[in-house]
Amino acid sequence: MGRVVLVTGVSGHLGGRLASDLARDPAVGRVIGVDVVPPRSDPSGIEFVRTDLRTTGIAKVIRRCGADTVAHLNVITNPARAGGRVPMKELNVLGTMQLLAACQRSGSVGRFVVRSSAVVYGCGPRNPAVFREDTGPSPAPVSGWGRDMIEVEGYVRDLSRRRSDIEVALLRMAPVVGPVISNSFTDYFRLPVLPTPLGFDARLQFLHEQDALRALRTAVLGPCTGAINIAGDGVIMLSQAARLAGRPVVPVPRIASPLLRRLVPRGLETDLSTEQMRLLSFGSVLDTTRMRREMRFEPLHTTRGAFEDFVLGRQLPGAGMIRERNRPRTGPPDRGLPRIGGAACGEAG
Amino acid sequence: MTPAGSTRTGPPPEGRAGDGGAARSDAAARSAADLVARGAERAGRAGTSRRIAPLMEGRAPCRLPRERHRPATERGAGPERPDDAPPVPPGRSGTAGGPVDGDGPGRDGASRTRSGTRHGPEDDRLGQVEDLADRVGAELAGLLPATGHGDAELGRGIAQLLAFLRKRLAGDYEVDEFGFDPELTGTVLLALLRPLYRRWFRVEVRGVENIPDTGGALVVSNHAGTIALDALMVQLAVHDEHPAHRNLRPLGADLVFSTPVLGHLARKGGATLATTADAELLLSRGEAVGVWPEGFKGVGKPFSERYKLQRFGRGGFVTAALRTRTPIVPCAVVGSEETYPMLGNLPALARLLGLPYLPLTPTWPWLGPLGMVPLPSKWLIEFSEPVRTEEFGHGAQEDPMLVFDLTDQVRQNIQQTLYTLLLHRRSVFF
Repeated sequence: MGRVVLVTGVSGHLGGRLASDLARDPAVGRVIGVDVVPPRSDPSGIEFVRTDLRTTGIAKVIRRCGADTVAHLNVITNPARAGGRVPMKELNVLGTMQLLAACQRSGSVGRFVVRSSAVVYGCGPRNPAVFREDTGPSPAPVSGWGRDMIEVEGYVRDLSRRRSDIEVALLRMAPVVGPVISNSFTDYFRLPVLPTPLGFDARLQFLHEQDALRALRTAVLGPCTGAINIAGDGVIMLSQAARLAGRPVVPVPRIASPLLRRLVPRGLETDLSTEQMRLLSFGSVLDTTRMRREMRFEPLHTTRGAFEDFVLGRQLPGAGMIRERNRPRTGPPDRGLPRIGGAACGEAG
Repeated sequence: MTPAGSTRTGPPPEGRAGDGGAARSDAAARSAADLVARGAERAGRAGTSRRIAPLMEGRAPCRLPRERHRPATERGAGPERPDDAPPVPPGRSGTAGGPVDGDGPGRDGASRTRSGTRHGPEDDRLGQVEDLADRVGAELAGLLPATGHGDAELGRGIAQLLAFLRKRLAGDYEVDEFGFDPELTGTVLLALLRPLYRRWFRVEVRGVENIPDTGGALVVSNHAGTIALDALMVQLAVHDEHPAHRNLRPLGADLVFSTPVLGHLARKGGATLATTADAELLLSRGEAVGVWPEGFKGVGKPFSERYKLQRFGRGGFVTAALRTRTPIVPCAVVGSEETYPMLGNLPALARLLGLPYLPLTPTWPWLGPLGMVPLPSKWLIEFSEPVRTEEFGHGAQEDPMLVFDLTDQVRQNIQQTLYTLLLHRRSVFF
């Protein structure tokens, strides 16, 4: 009998992929997926249970299926997608509290994995350049997703204090990008013109969606515990990312960012909140030593590789240039000349 | 106007109006080439154009996207220019015509044949951008006075500049976790400071070999002069005078990183926040790190207290060096105190603006922006023998007495070197 894994937020991209990946894994016997809406595609091998995490229904689900591992992915990053800040906070914080209460009561759960985020470190001019897992947030995010995640992490830590037999892993992920996933960062780069904070240029770090998925799987199956930073190697600057995406930028004074939110056309649900603009001003970079040493996880994509794959996958205007550059080169750097000769012959004939 | 100016008539308008986009793009490419040649001529030597033109031609691929609309019939190989092409101005073909025209067919052939490949709109934009880069390069070639370095060097410099601009515009460069951009720093930021370093302050450097060629090192220096010019000069001194041309990574106050423009330029130049975490990470990666432990107390002290070292913080830099077992290199800078002699301070207004102090110097704010020009004092920078930290065992950073002792030792060393350098300096300005 394999393990029984409960995945929350299974209708989201990462949740759905994780659930179907786990269902194929020989070490896993059953995968139960939980969400408020049914998954768009019906993944085989997953038992889907429609439940609102904010209600006590989740306790019944856990009791009935006897899950030994819970992967909590039901965190919403962009208020525009949740239908406002209030439902977002309810889902993120109250949903987690209900889930944790159910886990504490259940006798079967022995492992709890949360998809957290680098936003818990906050970002600002007083922060160190590279965040380690033991870096305290200074200043802590006071609102938005960052605040939610700090509260979520706090409640999860409470659980591991009350039930020391439950292993808890918090994966603090860099912003996830990739050809498919949607979040506040991918939405931002969908804007035709990127508003950037005037006079600032953030260091950004990304995690490829494929690596995010692999990391979650490793954490669900593996023995790692505690907070672990997950990010692709390297850093790109916001200005560099805009160049790679082929998007023009409009520098906007940071004070004017609330005004800016109203100018964003409807349909482009982009998070231009104060926190997001702060992140775009100062950036955040994670130290991934623990990821390598303790979790023994190696991302397949660098930050830049992940971002380029996102640009290529979404067909952003910069895609052609990236394709051109990544084409394997055979000749010397001024490769125009030999090819020209060959092409000339072809055309003459 | 000069004779070169008279050739500026350019292509006649009817040539451009020929057949819409194709002719226009062709004309743009050609006019860029003309600009190159003209700029080179303006440099005053016929030879310049001969040497620059091939360099510019080497970049043929960048012109391709602009010509892709040309109809196939026009692309037929042949030395004759199409009817819509602007005629070559007679004056030019007389003087430098040989080399420039000689390259003409080759370039045309190159662009025509490659034009068959498909390009997206982004390539078109890249093309426009590179066209702009071409023009800028050509203009620069014309504006720069003929130097003794020779035209080949000038041409090479322009080609490098263009290659640099192209990479920047395509986002094709690397930064590290701290935001350090070695390419931008080496090509632009330090180059902008160099005239100040060489001509204005005439910096003399001693003992730079005390910084090891490889591995971590913590350079500790005095801080003075109202604005932190000394940090920039020490960074440039280490880069230019050190045999290994090391990049010194300065540690800065949080005020630097919360200031627009300054903050991200500082990060791109290699600076990061003065915290133990960042300092230890940089040192453990084998970087040379610069620290100014006096902080605002040093840089904002009145002129009457010049060359008197302030308190050296809490010795955090010694802890970082002990933990990472890297040598501490004391550094004394003379000359920085006289750049902006701080005669007064407006603490109330400074607090209102969120600044640590608001200086009054003999020229600022009385002369307006002119008051921001530093006085041309003569600078001396001396790096002393490193203080070794490997000999103290593990956990030495946990011994506060040792930390205080080492802090004092470094501080005394810098103070003594400052006095010696002041004795050696003939006058403030020479």
